[in-house]
Amino acid sequence: MHVPDGFLDAPTSIVTGVVAAGGVAVALRKARGELDDRTAPMAGLVAAFIFAGQMINFPVGAGTSGHLLGGALAAVLVGPWTGALCLSVVLLVQALFMADGGVTALGTNITLMGLVGCFAGYAVFRLVAAVLPRRTSSVAPAAAIGALVSVPVAASVFTLLFAIGGTAPVEIGAVLTAMLGWHTVIGVGEAVVTGLVVASVVAARPDLVHGARHLVDTQELEIRTAATT
Amino acid sequence: MGAGHGHRLFFHGHSAVHRAPAHLKVLVLVGFMLTVVATPRDWYPAFAGYLLAVVAVVLLARVPLLYVVRRMVIEVPFVVFAVLVPFIATGPRTDVLGLTVSEPGLLAAWGLLAKGTIGVMASLTLAATTEPTDVLVGLRRLRLPDLIVQIMGFMIRYLDVVTADLGRMMVSMRSRGMNPRSPRSWPTLARTLGALFIRSYERGERVHLAMLSRGYTGQLP
Repeated sequence: MHVPDGFLDAPTSIVTGVVAAGGVAVALRKARGELDDRTAPMAGLVAAFIFAGQMINFPVGAGTSGHLLGGALAAVLVGPWTGALCLSVVLLVQALFMADGGVTALGTNITLMGLVGCFAGYAVFRLVAAVLPRRTSSVAPAAAIGALVSVPVAASVFTLLFAIGGTAPVEIGAVLTAMLGWHTVIGVGEAVVTGLVVASVVAARPDLVHGARHLVDTQELEIRTAATT
Repeated sequence: MGAGHGHRLFFHGHSAVHRAPAHLKVLVLVGFMLTVVATPRDWYPAFAGYLLAVVAVVLLARVPLLYVVRRMVIEVPFVVFAVLVPFIATGPRTDVLGLTVSEPGLLAAWGLLAKGTIGVMASLTLAATTEPTDVLVGLRRLRLPDLIVQIMGFMIRYLDVVTADLGRMMVSMRSRGMNPRSPRSWPTLARTLGALFIRSYERGERVHLAMLSRGYTGQLP
């Protein structure tokens, strides 16, 4: 999944690196607004969670399996800015310590999976959540649709980058068809998993889910009188 | 529950490469890889030179070459793609071993494989010779925002705790008869991830409170 070194040419890699650096800088400031002085430990633990989540392989059948990318999931659970920040840190750690994704392609990976994945997922999530009834039970389906859309969107942005700075003479139309087709399948898996994970967290601790917090706040404290017999 | 020192890829040693300051190593890695990526792919001798350079550093670090080679499996999915390129690429056709492939596609596949492989080897060398704490110090010296370095530090520190937490959940589910190879286990796996998120988030809150009680004001000493 991670773009390796040499896939896109050097100028494209540098430009996406600048975009990624700018995006992460904004995300840092905004995440501090979402989390204040808890930012470092909370984002660190959420990043560790995303990394562990990517380690679970979901069986697809025929012996193959896929794993979660987690952009939309992180955005719904902890908010888009903190989510993008956590995913960027995960990608940075993977590039420096696990040789997963090239160091020169780090900017591309952060732009695609961190920024585009999180924000496309979150935007669709908010749109769908606005249409669905304002109940906590509609958070999970909205998150699933956000995840479903976020993966092909990231794949299309990759195709765009490939059209600008690709190093293989493959027809862009063919690349776009292959990337979209394959990533729609991945997106369906991502959607099912994201929806199920969000549903389980909403059921247990709705106050922790960023995308459900505005629904929890409106629930008023209800004092019930004990049934005395 | 004692965690090992260093991370999974670290290879303990005392060579000059291990001792070199981490910020220098990161800078050299990024500079080297930018050079490799910018090299035109038909400069074949240059790539031989790059490969020799990486191998020389690995040998200088006294890390067994096999140790690095064995960890290069991370590259496999990408190799599959590179092998497919000559078949789907455009351009004049040529015959190789009885197969008709695209000539520029063949060159592109070579370029992808050469650059990708050198990249993975170089990154593995950094990972094998540098302790995580040294990388963090190095990144701070490279003026990476302090908050990013702190977040990375917490992620690395709790990575093994969180993954071990997940491992224990998987073991207990397996011992109760769950079959993780069946798609029917998707809901169970997803609920496990949900539980893991709540545990990690609450651990973060506890860590933050513990830090506050020790005088944390937003800066780590």
